[in-house]
Amino acid sequence: MRGRPNLFASYAAEQGILPTTTKKVSAVLLVIAAITIPLEVLPVLSQFSQPSWLVLLNRSLIFLIAALGLNILVGLAGQVSLGHAFFMGVGAYTAAVLGGTGAGLWSLGLPIWVWLPLSGIIPALLGILIAPTAVRVRGLYLAIVTLGLVFIGEHIFRNANSIAGAPEVGREWPRLELRIWKEENPLIDFASDGNWFGVSLPGEAKTFYFLLVMAIVFVFLAKNLGRTRIGRSFAAIRDRDVAAEIMGVGEFRAKTQAFAISSFYAGVSGALFGVVVGRLIPETWNLFLSVQFVAIVLIGGAGTVAGTVLGSFFVVLMPRMVENVTRFLGDQAIDGGVLSIVGDFVVSIDGDFGLISLSAQGPGLSIFQLNQVIYGLLIAVFLISEPLGLFGIWIRIRNYWKGWPFTY
Amino acid sequence: MSGPLLEFENVSLSFKGVKALSGVSFGVQDGELFAIIGPNGAGKTSAFNCMNGVYKPQEGDIRWKGESILGRRPDRIAELGIARTFQNIELFAHMTVLENLLLGRHIRTDVGWFSGSFWTKKARREELDNRDKVEDIIDLLEIESWRQYPVALLPYGIQKRVELGRAVAMEPELLLLDEPVAGMNLEETEGMARFILDIREELGISIILVEHDMGLVMDIADRILVLDFGTPIAMGVPADVQRDPEVIKAYLGEDVVA
Repeated sequence: MRGRPNLFASYAAEQGILPTTTKKVSAVLLVIAAITIPLEVLPVLSQFSQPSWLVLLNRSLIFLIAALGLNILVGLAGQVSLGHAFFMGVGAYTAAVLGGTGAGLWSLGLPIWVWLPLSGIIPALLGILIAPTAVRVRGLYLAIVTLGLVFIGEHIFRNANSIAGAPEVGREWPRLELRIWKEENPLIDFASDGNWFGVSLPGEAKTFYFLLVMAIVFVFLAKNLGRTRIGRSFAAIRDRDVAAEIMGVGEFRAKTQAFAISSFYAGVSGALFGVVVGRLIPETWNLFLSVQFVAIVLIGGAGTVAGTVLGSFFVVLMPRMVENVTRFLGDQAIDGGVLSIVGDFVVSIDGDFGLISLSAQGPGLSIFQLNQVIYGLLIAVFLISEPLGLFGIWIRIRNYWKGWPFTY
Repeated sequence: MSGPLLEFENVSLSFKGVKALSGVSFGVQDGELFAIIGPNGAGKTSAFNCMNGVYKPQEGDIRWKGESILGRRPDRIAELGIARTFQNIELFAHMTVLENLLLGRHIRTDVGWFSGSFWTKKARREELDNRDKVEDIIDLLEIESWRQYPVALLPYGIQKRVELGRAVAMEPELLLLDEPVAGMNLEETEGMARFILDIREELGISIILVEHDMGLVMDIADRILVLDFGTPIAMGVPADVQRDPEVIKAYLGEDVVA
């Protein structure tokens, strides 16, 4: 086999989840690199071990789970949905009610192995319940129907004070820890600082490891779904629904399944989001959250698991990058560095002219607004010039080097 | 054989005022290669759509092995063992040839989302088993070199062949072919005719063929039904149908007969 990486001697080898040696090795390396981040082993990666970066990486992993779900619905089954935030909210409040302990709110204080699975199952059941309405419409109309879902959800969350807490105040989620039942001390605590196997780790790092395992499991599940019978039936419905029906794929059944599975992913992700952040207001589950997931799927590359992974990290980490660049330019303007002219023009300092302002009141866009603009621009640019997203760019780079030095 | 495999009894279908089919009756025997011909707009594809459950005729009955299938959903009818190709290729454009053929196996497999997601032993076995069956079809239709290509990139003739393969992958008892050689040159047509005969003889699948290429139809069909404006005007073996004055009139016009 050596020297002939594209030669497969059996169908089993060709249909493996990571069919080539290159893919196997790079997947393993990626996981090892992720594991070493909080341990500060590799100098390049150790800067990400600061809690502020770990918080963002944790959020990327949580968003990745929800994005994988949306990718199944939008990328694989071709059903455009803006309702993802709603299903995340349902999952989050399922976890909050089942696992929470707050006074004056519905809370049962159950352990993680109860609330985590149920935070996926309940949104999935809700997805099945809503699917008959959504299955009747397609394209733009489906987007509008699911858009309505987000607003209905936001309204309910804001008024169900015994579940979601008061508006603008919110409620607390259970801590990320493993208990057998309701005993005093948790078996494993994923949330607070402490020692694991003799290594002292901050709480964020422990959470990171927990989420890393969760994300890997969900990537595995999504990848497998895509390459087996049900995943193919989703893609068939996406490409040609009438032909798919004549081939024996029930359209209603397939779409309902896609909705349920995607809602399961969303619910688990929502629950983890609540648990890791600790306290969220009912307004969290709004349209902007949904749009972020659409951005992840489109920027990453619709229909591909690898693209969704890329997209999740890109979309979550981008605001921090934008902020760093802006701060750097601001510093340049103040210190008179090489880029001081650029910095002076771009960044507004002490209320003078500038496109972006670092303080809340200054003229120009805030970092948050700037990020919104960039999301919008990126979605538009990717849709027009690279429909396969970051994944497509990667494929192009890969093919270039495969053929190097020949360009054909 | 007790009765026909598929039977049309006095089927009429209309869209508002347009009569697509009126009083069409025929029966296809097990193992038969039955052809439906007629000028454009005669209702051939409409007849197929009735068999598939896409359209529901207003009058008459369609029976599969003696049992009425009227009003059943297309996917349920597919499960009975009726497969189909389309006049304008309806392949899943973003999927590879292999995936298209594997999709054809949908009704012959039953791994659900759970065992699929967890890649259980059952899912693994079924996927490999499927692959083996699909490879047999790839072999039969001689499309080995196109296996991993997205179908949108393939030449027309190959796409037609892949679509035939996808229908055969369903392991049907009856195969509906809607203009399998439309737009093909002589060589490609002969190739396709060979495949159709192979499928009938090696796999024992009965076939209903809709086709405009008279040479092909007269050569390979056992019996022919001629439709004109939705009305059956002749039915019989090719030699008889060719000489039927009604058929000549429908195709060539009044003067020729006179």
